[in-house]
Amino acid sequence: MHELGIARNVVAIVREHAGEQQVTRVRLEVGKLSAIIPDALRFCFDVCVDGTSLQGAALEIEESPGRWHCRDCGSDFRHDGFGGACACGSHQLDCVGGEELKVIEMETA
Amino acid sequence: MCGTCGCTEPGGAGTRIRQVHPHERDHERDHVHDHTHDHTHDHTHDHAHAYAGDGDGDGDAIRLEQNLLRKNDLLAERNRGWLAGRKLTALNLVSSPGSGKTTLLEQTLKTLSPEISCAVIEGDQESEQDARRILATGCPAVQINTGAGCHLEADMVARALEQLDPEPESLLFIENVGNLVCPALFDLGEQARVALISVTEGEDKPLKYPHMIRSADLLLLTKTDLLAHLDYDIDRCEAWARQVNPDLQVLRVSAKTGAGMEEWLEWLKQQRVVSAAVRSERNRPTSVANALPG
Repeated sequence: MHELGIARNVVAIVREHAGEQQVTRVRLEVGKLSAIIPDALRFCFDVCVDGTSLQGAALEIEESPGRWHCRDCGSDFRHDGFGGACACGSHQLDCVGGEELKVIEMETA
Repeated sequence: MCGTCGCTEPGGAGTRIRQVHPHERDHERDHVHDHTHDHTHDHTHDHAHAYAGDGDGDGDAIRLEQNLLRKNDLLAERNRGWLAGRKLTALNLVSSPGSGKTTLLEQTLKTLSPEISCAVIEGDQESEQDARRILATGCPAVQINTGAGCHLEADMVARALEQLDPEPESLLFIENVGNLVCPALFDLGEQARVALISVTEGEDKPLKYPHMIRSADLLLLTKTDLLAHLDYDIDRCEAWARQVNPDLQVLRVSAKTGAGMEEWLEWLKQQRVVSAAVRSERNRPTSVANALPG
């Protein structure tokens, strides 16, 4: 349940910037390869905002796809998992997207 | 509850970091070096506000673009600097519970410590069992108990390092909480990450827990002495691990028979060489000049 710690980080970061202003919306980017489950994060967020200036804020999660670069043939492709293969058959892949874990923006009342 | 480690209250059932005395009994614990949770919660962040205007016309949408693991990453970098200053080489050992991390460490320390000074940080949810086993080898150890926490974070390691105060140029082993998921996300400031999978766990473990395998530098396939009793395709496990992480090094060891231990010890010595090279690269005036903007 590392999502609990991540949800706390979301609240801490937003509060640093919002101060005591009421926050109405928080938008996150969570990559499909980030090891974070959006539903678990939503659940934890609801627990963590209780009694804070984020209480009632809408949580928007933008899921970014897994993107890989093949070292052998140089092609780029999308795959939302690990251990995949390029169309050329190679497993020599570098992850170039999908591991994002960011607070993109927030909105205050 | 504390957002850093998931503990409940200061002084409550949260993270505890203790120096364990080799002959200390359970009932003596409460009054022996019980440093309970002194988080200062200092925030080392930068305010990169960029006002992007209204999101929906009602309020102010404020662009933050801040990495959610930034605080841990900064503290891990701080640990890295601390370790480099003392010429320490730190390794983060990760695996599921029962893969043989502590047994491997015991055998490693017995062979290595006459030649190279070693120190150990033990991470577990509860108990000081592992730290005691390490102390019995004659090697200094500190126990972190994470309470509810399922992984070690950089700030816990920073506090453990202060207590452990390892000898300069030591090899430092950080045995993470047994868990193949969460520790993958948290940099502790280590030079290299070592994942362990025992041959009793099933050869498809690298495919089932790819985040950890992807984040590791070395995979140790442990308990190979049991292979004769199992239908376990060790080559297949290794191939799957490389499929997930093409840069992964893989070694096969048995702490019980000693098979493969020589290669593992050689890899450890190599890490100290790499660590020294990284430090001298950092200290070179030209690399500092190159790092300066414009």
